[in-house]
Amino acid sequence: MSKNAPVSVFHRLRKRYGNTMILALLLVVMAILVNLTPLKEQTWLRVLFGISALNFTLRMTVPLVLGALSGILCERSGIINIGIEGMMLAGAFAGFVAKTSTNHWPLAASLIFSVAAAMAVGGLMGAVHALFSIRFRMDQIISGTVIIILALGATSYLYNRDAIAEGKFSSIPIPGLSQIPVIGPILFDNPPITYLALIMVVVVHVGLFYTRWGLRTRAVGEHPRAADTVGINVNLYRYVNTSLGGMLAGLAGAFLVLEAVGQFQEGMTAGRGFISLAAMIFGNWNPFGALAAATLFGYTQALQNELLLAGVTQVPRQFISMLPYVVTIVAVSGLVGRVRPPAAEGKVYETEGSA
Amino acid sequence: MATATSTTGIRRILRPLLIPSLALLSALLAGAVVMVLSGDDPMAAYSGLFQGAFGDGKGWARTIRKTIPFVLTGLSVALAFKVSLFNIGASGQFVMGSVFAVAVGINFEGLPVFIHLPLALIAGIVGGMLWGAIPGILKVYTGAHEVIVTIMLNYVASLFGGWTVYAGGTQGQTPGPLWDRTAGAISETPDVLHSAQIPWLFGPPYRVHAGVFLALAAAILVWWLIYKTPLGFEMRTVGHNMRAARYAGIRVNYTIILTMALAGGLAGLAGGIETLGLNHKFAPEFGGAVGFDGITVALLGQTHPIGVLLAAFMFGALDGGAATMQFQSGVPADIIQIIQALVLAFVAAPLIIRMIFRLRQQTADDAGSAVSTSWGGT
Repeated sequence: MSKNAPVSVFHRLRKRYGNTMILALLLVVMAILVNLTPLKEQTWLRVLFGISALNFTLRMTVPLVLGALSGILCERSGIINIGIEGMMLAGAFAGFVAKTSTNHWPLAASLIFSVAAAMAVGGLMGAVHALFSIRFRMDQIISGTVIIILALGATSYLYNRDAIAEGKFSSIPIPGLSQIPVIGPILFDNPPITYLALIMVVVVHVGLFYTRWGLRTRAVGEHPRAADTVGINVNLYRYVNTSLGGMLAGLAGAFLVLEAVGQFQEGMTAGRGFISLAAMIFGNWNPFGALAAATLFGYTQALQNELLLAGVTQVPRQFISMLPYVVTIVAVSGLVGRVRPPAAEGKVYETEGSA
Repeated sequence: MATATSTTGIRRILRPLLIPSLALLSALLAGAVVMVLSGDDPMAAYSGLFQGAFGDGKGWARTIRKTIPFVLTGLSVALAFKVSLFNIGASGQFVMGSVFAVAVGINFEGLPVFIHLPLALIAGIVGGMLWGAIPGILKVYTGAHEVIVTIMLNYVASLFGGWTVYAGGTQGQTPGPLWDRTAGAISETPDVLHSAQIPWLFGPPYRVHAGVFLALAAAILVWWLIYKTPLGFEMRTVGHNMRAARYAGIRVNYTIILTMALAGGLAGLAGGIETLGLNHKFAPEFGGAVGFDGITVALLGQTHPIGVLLAAFMFGALDGGAATMQFQSGVPADIIQIIQALVLAFVAAPLIIRMIFRLRQQTADDAGSAVSTSWGGT
């Protein structure tokens, strides 16, 4: 057993998460190699794998992985959520409003309150999505679109252009760990929501695969009738999970406003909700798979920045900016028959005789 | 007996209108609630909205002018719905149509109108068709869900459109191929040549162009295609039950790709018409939003071409009156976006409307076809 351990770990990783995980690991290995050896003198390698590129990757990854976790929670219970974009935007806006109206509070209190507000509004949007798709039997993809359009309209209607949020989360280096070369400055010297996002990956993973709640959630998403037969309240699980998913999307919005940018901009999510969906699919509805996929997508976004900063002008900047979107399309296209969504996804569940 | 049949005849026409009109009404009421909650005066807003849309000749002109692109993007989404495909990509297809149309429109000096204008319009359609075909092809051959692909393509199209007219950067970046060299730092194309402009029906200040006929013709054509041709029958069959269609020998893959291409072509035509008829040039700020509203228009119109015409007209009026509303009552024009989202919510969930107005459940399925059940298979 132990003799074959390294092979089987690799094999298991690959079997469970596909090549995504391998690519993400490769990225990490390259980064360590480049930054610890004289290779970092090479401009191109520095652009591709330098500390700054990887720091940026993590910053870009956080909203994507939170969005993907949001999608996983909803879809594992059988509700398709393409409204992540809207929930994220609503959360970002709520966080911004909360921050601007508590500017006079101590910074930490104000920020924490704002994060709570963002998650509450995100959760509310999730609950609305669940209500539409369960109670009103709306097509779930259309319901998600409603959420997006509603969030776009409401945030630009209510947005006060003169409001300014003062202050945002700053980095908290973790003592000891942040001293590790290469990995330290990338992973252990970040603002709180980044840590929280990484912790959430583990929490959702453990929750889904090692708790009763997770088992029931998956049962509801795979075979609601069977779940119902053994006494699980199918729609309750769907309501709760979709609302929790909304809260995670709201947290992603909070990250954008309170940690990354510091202000709100109209339509600031810029397709991140949809890229998260792709990350969820790419990661085969698994939290760690989603993290790996989000890292890859985040990397393309970081690369876009690094290339622009490095002054690459041979390729027009618009084409460089297309990178994350094109990679997303390529990723979701390269998955024929290799991913499998929860079986009961998108279908309204009705108890026998109620229809 | 005669009266009985005539009432059922009227019923037959009125019944499909019931849910959409009640949805519109509910959305306006809910919009009023939002306005009251945020301290605005809904009466002033709606009277301003109505005056702006229908108050005078200019108002009517504005409404009709704004209706045209909604008809075409609405048809684009509705056509895809008939095949159970969700085309969220109308805005990208719109942009590609605009770019292709303007590329023909600003070149080929000296061509007569009756050659140049159709050529430019066809270019617009082709641009949209190419952009629409991609998600269709990917769906058929790789199983990639069209919702994600079309949305990603929207961003790509918008960046591509931005690049074509890019004025160049301060660090010596090369300007885009369609950029107007006389425009200085402004990123836009030169004006479309006169021979490629759609003629005015009513010139400035009314600015209503002959594209309105094209939109009407497109609606009739789509209706004919869906309900009167073998291809339309195949499309509807694929939309209702893909597996049954496959067993019946219908070329499902071909139908999906063709439908997406045609849907893209309609949205591309919308872009072409807006560019050649109204803006007379392309700049990054033109386009985009109309494509997304096409979803609401299509659903409000119950995915029927005639319904789409009516719904587009309602949306044209909402958009046409928005500026006057903001000017007269001080209510931000963005409230229109909220109302449009509420329309979508109410019309997509007829159950809400039935609950509010205590209507009886209809036996036939009235919600149109379901879009999709999962990301999974084709």
